[in-house]
Amino acid sequence: MTEMSYLDGNMLDGPLRELLAVDLSAATGRCASCGMVGPMAGLRVYAHAPGLVGRCPACAEVMLRLVRAPDRAWLDLRGATYLQVPMPTAPSFPRPL
Amino acid sequence: MSPGFQGRRRTTDPALPPGQYLTEDFPVLSAGPTPRVPLDRWEFVLATETGDELRWSWAELMALPQETPTVDIHCVTRWSKFGTSWQGVSLDVLLDGVDTAADYAQAHSYGGYTTNLPLDDLRDGQAWVVHGYDGEPLPAEHGGPARLLVPHLYFWKSAKWVRGLRLTVEDEPGFWETAGYHDYGDPWREQRYQGD
Amino acid sequence: MTAAATGGRVAAPLGWRVARLVQRRVETPTAQTLVLSVPDWPGHLPGQHVDVRLTAPDGYQAARSYSLAGPVDGDRIELTVQRVPDGEVSPYLTDVWAEGDPVEVRGPVGGWFVWRPAQTAPVLLVAGGSGVVPLMAMVRARRAAGSRTPFRLIYSVRTPADVIYADELRVRARDDLGLDVTYLYTREAPDGWRGEPHRVGLADVNTHGWPAELEPLCYVCGPTGFVETVADLLVGLGHQTRRVRTERFGPTG
Ligand SMILES: Cc1cc2nc3c(=O)[nH]c(=O)nc-3n(C[C@H](O)[C@H](O)[C@H](O)COP(=O)(O)OP(=O)(O)OC[C@H]3O[C@@H](n4cnc5c(N)ncnc54)[C@H](O)[C@@H]3O)c2cc1C
Ligand SMILES: [Zn+2]
Repeated sequence: MTEMSYLDGNMLDGPLRELLAVDLSAATGRCASCGMVGPMAGLRVYAHAPGLVGRCPACAEVMLRLVRAPDRAWLDLRGATYLQVPMPTAPSFPRPL
Repeated sequence: MSPGFQGRRRTTDPALPPGQYLTEDFPVLSAGPTPRVPLDRWEFVLATETGDELRWSWAELMALPQETPTVDIHCVTRWSKFGTSWQGVSLDVLLDGVDTAADYAQAHSYGGYTTNLPLDDLRDGQAWVVHGYDGEPLPAEHGGPARLLVPHLYFWKSAKWVRGLRLTVEDEPGFWETAGYHDYGDPWREQRYQGD
Repeated sequence: MTAAATGGRVAAPLGWRVARLVQRRVETPTAQTLVLSVPDWPGHLPGQHVDVRLTAPDGYQAARSYSLAGPVDGDRIELTVQRVPDGEVSPYLTDVWAEGDPVEVRGPVGGWFVWRPAQTAPVLLVAGGSGVVPLMAMVRARRAAGSRTPFRLIYSVRTPADVIYADELRVRARDDLGLDVTYLYTREAPDGWRGEPHRVGLADVNTHGWPAELEPLCYVCGPTGFVETVADLLVGLGHQTRRVRTERFGPTG
């Protein structure tokens, strides 16, 4: 039962959108442990825990931790070296700001 | 409010720490896949701040004096369970004669989990490495082959699948403590999150 | 454009809003479709879900995710909920929740597990139990958009009585050009069904899916164990991991 209790990163969108205006679950992330690049929606999410834990589907290392207190939230992404977020096309780029 | 919604059967009891509910079953919490550790490869390693290491194999752990504590446990996700009975070795036995100036310990587990505690909270009959629950071998989903049991702190401190303790001079936050949870975690003072 | 139509990018974080039960429809002995009214609903894409939150008199809260079953219809949304024995939230929704009573919802959320009618690659939908809900939303959206994109649905259920949307699926399979529906039975098959009841296997996915060379998009949804099995089979058949999108409902689904 416990082995089959994880969910997909897709379910992170609701809890994360309380903090962020973008759909992070549709972003692409790079695993700091094994280097795999893939959609955050593909993470394995363990939700029967004191917080949400998102693990890399390739190496099972933790890429994301989300802890929610009544008045605060912590988002720990040190297991992801980057997040690539789709943006509306800008008229001219590259630009610094 | 949702009229008629009760949620899982919960009772409050004056003997409970603040904000806790009593549960009869034993919920399984997991932050990752359940590690499967064969007993012939299992070991418990106690490392001091100077790098000295003490090791126990499964057979060696079993040969130590065993205790059967019956304790109340309190999970930070708000359930508590009264009168759970365990079997294992007191940390006093494992720490006996260890030469250390450390004030803290970081427990680490098969599967990568970590949690930090003051060393004093592991002494004087307050903590065990347990391998039995309710007269049976501790099931893997509850932390078997062996887990830490520190019942006077929130249950995330009682690391499942424990493989060792690292004694440290500074308090080094673990898996949940680096993500917002309290470094000490006293349920009676409701120390759930950092700053509580 | 709605927030959903811009791919889930919105200007502000998303909070909880009050929804009320408008109507319920019995789908099977254990599943019901619940029609909710949510003021200022921004619209959604097929495959997205909402989080539903319940609050007890003492302040205790429980939240679960439910897929959006229906197409965009103003302030109305539809969820189809399978009652999980001993579950905390689903039995409340199916047995206790009364018309007019409030719950809180947050959404639409989940911008990855979606199908957009503008997509033209062939689609394979594989559902286990209540996992059919977001996939049905895609079937309905395909019809509503008049899309010709070839769809195949493989739907695994325990018994014929457990088929959710049975009547509508019969009509869709008959009338919607380019939609094929295959049922698999794990416990008890209807009379005249070829073969023995069984859990989904390689032959089922191979026979009723698309060859990997066609580069179809695969959407797999249901209990975690079911999704695990099917996703592994598809990847084993040569489908690219990126083209196999999954939505795990948890141990029971
Ligand atoms: C994105 C998404 C979309 C979903 N869409 C739908 C949908 O459209 N329709 C639908 O019917 N369902 C859907 N689900 C499933 C739904 O969210 C719930 O999981 C389901 O309704 C059961 O909730 P419950 O409160 O009734 O049961 P719960 O009380 O959550 O119990 C469910 C099962 O989990 C087990 N369980 C409980 N606690 C633990 C634990 N600590 N560790 C391991 N197992 C435990 C229980 O024994 C039981 O078997 C969806 C899930 C997700 C993630
Ligand atoms: Zn990795």
